[in-house]
Formats: sequence, C-alpha cells, structure tokens
Amino acid sequence: MASKPRVKVPKKASVGEIIRMKTLISHKMESGQRKGKDGKLIPRKIINKFMASFNDTEFFSAKVGPSISANPYIEFSAKVNESGTFKFIWIDDDGSKYSTEKKITVG
Amino acid sequence: MNITRRRALTLSAGSMAFFMASMHFSNANATAEDTEKMVEEFSGGAKLTIGKIDLTTPEIAENGNTVPISVEVDSPMNADNFVESVAIFADGNPNPEVITFNFTALSGVASAKTRIRLAKTQNVVAVAKMSDGSFRYTKNQVKVTIGGCGG
Repeated sequence: MASKPRVKVPKKASVGEIIRMKTLISHKMESGQRKGKDGKLIPRKIINKFMASFNDTEFFSAKVGPSISANPYIEFSAKVNESGTFKFIWIDDDGSKYSTEKKITVG
Repeated sequence: MNITRRRALTLSAGSMAFFMASMHFSNANATAEDTEKMVEEFSGGAKLTIGKIDLTTPEIAENGNTVPISVEVDSPMNADNFVESVAIFADGNPNPEVITFNFTALSGVASAKTRIRLAKTQNVVAVAKMSDGSFRYTKNQVKVTIGGCGG
C-alpha cells in the first residue's frame, strides 16, 4: 500500500538559485519476481512514473522500473526564478495517483 | 533435475502469474547482451561517447535490496544545450531497465539520485541523451553480497 509521500524542499531561495529536493513515497514496489508462501509469483505492483512540476510546468520526471527499491527515493534539482508551488505526482501500476505540494518563496 | 508433478504445477502457476504481472516473460536474469540491445534502443543506434557522465555507485553493496546510485552529467542546462534524459540499466537484473530520468532546462543541473535493487554482482550502465542528439555512456561494476531480487 502506498501512502504518505514525503518531500523535502527548501522554503526559501534566491532568484536563479538551483535548489535540491528529496522525495520519497512509502510503497512496497512489488517487483513481480518474488514468490509468496504458496510458491506462486506475487504480481507486480510498483510506482511506474514520477513527475515534478513548478507552477504547472513539468521540469523533471522519471520512468520507474521494478529494480527501484521499496519506498522509492528520488533526489533531483530545480532552478527557481520566482516564488511558486512545486507539485509531485507518483503513479501506481493500479492507476492510483499520489501527490503532494510544496511552496517556495524566491527573492 | 526431475520435474515432479508438484514442481510442474508450481512452475505453470508461477509463470501464469508472472505473465499477467509483467511485460517480460522470462524470469531469468538478463545478460549483458540484452542490456546492450536496450541501450541501442534508447540511443537509436547513435554513437556513444564514453565518459563525460558521472555515475556514482558503491564498489561493494552488502544489501542488494537498496543500493544508492547517483548520476550527474556536465551540461550548461539552458534552452539550447541540456541533458534530455539519463537511462540507468542493470545488466544482471531480471529486468535491466532500472529508471529513466527526464530533465529540462528548468532542472538547473542534470543530476539525480535514487536507490536500486541489484540481484547479483553486475554492471550498472548509465546513458545520457543530450539535446543535440549525442549520447554519453558509462558503466560501473557493483559487487553484491546479498541479492535484492526473488526470495
């Protein structure tokens, strides 16, 4: 079961600064390779896509495969020129969509 | 190895579940050749420049379930010259396609970090696609003590 996404973004930055952000979501990332107690393979269920946007413009995304560890962690950067809102979206194999937002003051 | 009735049943049930769950039918680990094919697919057969891309992996991973990796490509990251994407492959995993990072000029730097699973000792490959259509390639070997797949 996926639940609470956790994201770390600086609250403040100067204009044109490149900031670093860390994202994590609780998720088993069932690879489809493991066998259950009954000897049958457990069906694959992973986060398969991650997207990050700033003021509705996507600036980073990732196509995620089953080789990513449980509780997928992704760290990346963004260049900020104005204050605004970051939005992070994770998409599950079952179609569920998880998202969270973070505000930043630039100036 | 004799295939007993029980084993045959397990195998068929297992492969059914696997078929429904995954796009790759084979449960065997990939080979370096499979990975090369995937790299070629990603690059469209373009020439790969070795280097100019930093892939950081541990030399030895004690736990293959969570191996930290990071990748960085040197680029001005402006509208005319930036890194479009970086694909990571693990040539000994059941499915070598680990992750593809897509960057834009707004990313500021083409740098990303994540944690991956490695089934056994193998090479981790990173291929960067630049906005001018060129490609950069690097690979690191990671020794794995306890594998991170199956169970």
